[in-house]
Amino acid sequence: MNNMPLAYGLAMILFAVGLYGVVCKKNAVKIIISLLIMENAVNLFILLIGYRKDGIAPVMVKGQEASEFASMAVDPLAQAIVITSIVIGLSIVALMIAIAIRLYDRYKTFDTSKMKDLKG
Amino acid sequence: MNILPLFILIPIGAAFALSTFDILKQERKKVLVSNITAAAACLALTVLAVMQIGKTGTFEMGGWSIPIGISLVLDGFSAPVLVITGLVSLMCAVFSFSYMDMYSGREKFFSLFLLMVAGMNGLVLTSDIFNLYVFMELAAVSSFALVAYGTMKEELEAAFKYLVLSGVGTVFILMGIALTYGHTRNLSMVFIYNALSSGSAGSGMYLAAGFFMVGFGIKAALIPFHAWLPDAHPAAPAPVSAMLSGVLIKTAGIYAMVRVLFLLFAADLSVASMLLRTLGVLSLMIGVLLALGQWDFKRLLAYHSVSQMGYIALAFGIGTPLGIAAGLFHLLNHSVFKSLLFLNAGAVFYRTSTRDLRDMGGLNAVMPVTGYTSMIASLSIAGLPPFNGFWSKLLIIIAAIQAGYLWLGLWAVLGSILTLASFAKVQRYAFVGEIKDKFKEIKEVPLPMAFSMIFLAVLCVLMGILLVPGIRAVVLDGAAEVLLNPSNYIRIATGGMP
Repeated sequence: MNNMPLAYGLAMILFAVGLYGVVCKKNAVKIIISLLIMENAVNLFILLIGYRKDGIAPVMVKGQEASEFASMAVDPLAQAIVITSIVIGLSIVALMIAIAIRLYDRYKTFDTSKMKDLKG
Repeated sequence: MNILPLFILIPIGAAFALSTFDILKQERKKVLVSNITAAAACLALTVLAVMQIGKTGTFEMGGWSIPIGISLVLDGFSAPVLVITGLVSLMCAVFSFSYMDMYSGREKFFSLFLLMVAGMNGLVLTSDIFNLYVFMELAAVSSFALVAYGTMKEELEAAFKYLVLSGVGTVFILMGIALTYGHTRNLSMVFIYNALSSGSAGSGMYLAAGFFMVGFGIKAALIPFHAWLPDAHPAAPAPVSAMLSGVLIKTAGIYAMVRVLFLLFAADLSVASMLLRTLGVLSLMIGVLLALGQWDFKRLLAYHSVSQMGYIALAFGIGTPLGIAAGLFHLLNHSVFKSLLFLNAGAVFYRTSTRDLRDMGGLNAVMPVTGYTSMIASLSIAGLPPFNGFWSKLLIIIAAIQAGYLWLGLWAVLGSILTLASFAKVQRYAFVGEIKDKFKEIKEVPLPMAFSMIFLAVLCVLMGILLVPGIRAVVLDGAAEVLLNPSNYIRIATGGMP
């Protein structure tokens, strides 16, 4: 478990990279990619919370003691959360891409700084 | 029979039924059937919610008890919010009967609309923080599609901005949930209370609270995070703006924020309250100052939403039972008068096709219902007696002074005066005075639109009675009991057992 703080830190750095991209990039596609990086950083972080060194997959086989199983398996709840959040993230990204394509139809560009019909 | 799951099942079921109405060939039939289904679903939700006032209850989804399963919990905080969600969505649905004639695809519109309602009801009722996130996304994704509904330049740009900022908010909330789970090893609110009340909160919890604060701050459009709201709310069709400003930013923003912050800091509320008060005062003042300079009717209303959200955050931040009751009261009142104002703006747009206040003028002469209901709503949001906005602002100011925050009371009064100035401008330019020649021929809006505006205006006048002691004890005081005293919440959520 010695490397865990390092792994948490790396997930946080990935999160910060994504945030930088969303805030600073002007291209709609790059913004979408940055948001995906942020989402995946969080997914990674959740998986790390449930991680256990040399743990087994959380599937109980016949004849296994419940207490023994609990002491060996990684946390299944974290994995369930990640699956749900991937599905939600997918729906958001699909909608974003759809809107970005429609925006391209109207403006003939992905550059968000050129979309200035709304002020402020 | 336990009716709590119906609050989610009815709108989701109706939404899926609506999406099959595409097989009807005639457009007229399609519109009629969609209208009836949506209104019936919203009416059922409203009636069910009104029946739940003052009651408490819990429902274990799938028969699994916590912490293995997820349970829905009805308490003194969620019941009034459910009622207002049902009521505002019913009125917006009725308004859409005529207003959405401008757009095509009625059944798809109502399908998205009801999915949004289902998401909001679910996040109000759930007692599991990850489930709260899932329902919040259900409401948010349908609202993105509704903002982009017109698919013109303006709508698409606003929807993209809304999507990106809201997506960032979502990711922050998820990170907060991850940190909370890592610290307490539980997602159920009851068990998080238990885990946190025994040990010290620790720095991990402050980090989680910071992530939650940013995430819910974006969803609630409190001031440093407000940039998406003044674009997204005006761009949407009027009934959708009314839903977004009226209930979505409250349930997904303030309600969820208060629930989670009061949960994480159950042992010591001072930090959470201080944060809420600071954000509240900032939003309240900056929001109203930005609103003063606007000429776009709906954009002005959107900035006022930011400002009024500040009032609500401030009231919850006071942290006394009176402050929480005042915050809840203002939340309910703001839902009513802000959705009414957005519907008024929609009615004006329906007849004149303009949102610029300088192009209007003297509309009272040709559109009396719209004119006078907007007068009631304006006086209400500005906080003049005897309308509902006055009573809740008075309660907030009394609560602030009682708790020793004289300055907060002063800011609240100042914000209220600036709001009055801003709405005096709206009335002066849009509704009173000489009518312009090009508008002399227009008529009052059709009956469904007029009906929902009149109904909400009547509510604006009548909601002051929530302050009558007997009614107040049932409707407003229940929130403080569960928020300030977690043991009450645990008792309700576990079905009365200790």
